[in-house]
Amino acid sequence: MSPSTRIILICSGKGGVGKTTLTANLGIALARQGVRTAVLDADFGLRNLDLLLGLENRIVYTAQEVLEETCRLDQALVKHKQEPNLALLPAGNPRMLDWLKPDDMQRIVNMLAEIFEYVLIDCPAGVEDGFKNAVSAAKEAIVITNPEVSAVRDADRVIGLLNTHGVKPVQLVLNRVRPKMIASQEMLSIDDVTDILALPLLGLVLEDEQVIVSTNRGEPLTLKENQSPAARCYSNIAKRMQGEEIPLIDPSKEGSGMRDKFKRLMQTKIF
Amino acid sequence: MTLRDILNKLLGRQKTSASTARERLQLVLAHDRSDLSPELLDQMRKEILEVVSKYVEIDIQEGAVSLETEDRMTALVANLPIKRTLSIASSSEEN
Ligand SMILES: Nc1ncnc2c1ncn2[C@@H]1O[C@H](COP(=O)(O)OP(=O)(O)OP(=O)(O)O)[C@@H](O)[C@H]1O
Ligand SMILES: [Mg+2]
Repeated sequence: MSPSTRIILICSGKGGVGKTTLTANLGIALARQGVRTAVLDADFGLRNLDLLLGLENRIVYTAQEVLEETCRLDQALVKHKQEPNLALLPAGNPRMLDWLKPDDMQRIVNMLAEIFEYVLIDCPAGVEDGFKNAVSAAKEAIVITNPEVSAVRDADRVIGLLNTHGVKPVQLVLNRVRPKMIASQEMLSIDDVTDILALPLLGLVLEDEQVIVSTNRGEPLTLKENQSPAARCYSNIAKRMQGEEIPLIDPSKEGSGMRDKFKRLMQTKIF
Repeated sequence: MTLRDILNKLLGRQKTSASTARERLQLVLAHDRSDLSPELLDQMRKEILEVVSKYVEIDIQEGAVSLETEDRMTALVANLPIKRTLSIASSSEEN
């Protein structure tokens, strides 16, 4: 296995916070930067990564056949048409869950690491077997959460587990950020969440209707020169992963009008 | 607490929900991270008070033992106002 391959688990604990959407968008964005990237759907129970990437009709074999050695890895990999640097290794039948072990996950990931520079693993929700299998194969992790109490709490649990598994570094993506709500202090701010979870922030993703439009089409936002708010957020995250220094913005600190200045003043922490 | 929270307090309004979320999270995470159940914490509190009252007389009403968390480190914080020191304490423990 290539020692420089970055094997990154994308996880959250809580379901539905945006793991699969992030995996799809980062996969495309990294591929567009010219790096060979594989995305592995480790959510064997409820696979969706194929759908978000628009590759659902092109699946012939899956991770299951590769593990059973009834096909070669390259036969199972689904290459993205527009971005041939990206390939998906689809999840197999949900019945795989009955026998899949951490060893199997490591075997699959090591095979991918021979060929690709990035392996992004789309983790299932929860902290049970599905998570344990996926984490056993990962070197580093991105924890994604929403600025909501339940999501942050579950993220905290996952961060604890990543630490015990020796996964390092672990970085944070804060998804579905609504600047207006943060400004009126009806949503946890960026600082609140990073302080509480004590993780470096890799980036934030704004709440954006275009995310739904793009999933309808099976075309991740990063596929085109899309200037929608979330699209810019996703591509900034991909650039930071590649070591580019893209400054982080705190949306609650943006804006220069009187109203914005007043709102900012009202956010001053007194104690 | 933010400026807005203080203003809200002065006007008799509710705290902002972000403030409440922050406080609730800090408390629940302190417990989650230490993996201590409320019952166990309570038992520990009682035993700590017992030990401490061998040495000093403390204000049981005011005393508090709680969990606080910052930067993923959880600390057990005891705040036990001392009424007076018991003079016999130090000698009684030896041998
Ligand atoms: N930034 C965003 N703005 C608006 N909607 C979003 C955003 N991110 C994710 N969503 C929506 O949230 C929902 C859940 O997203 P996604 O499937 O990526 O989450 P997940 O963490 O993979 O879920 P699961 O735990 O079920 O695997 C989807 O409907 C998606 O369109
Ligand atoms: Mg998912």
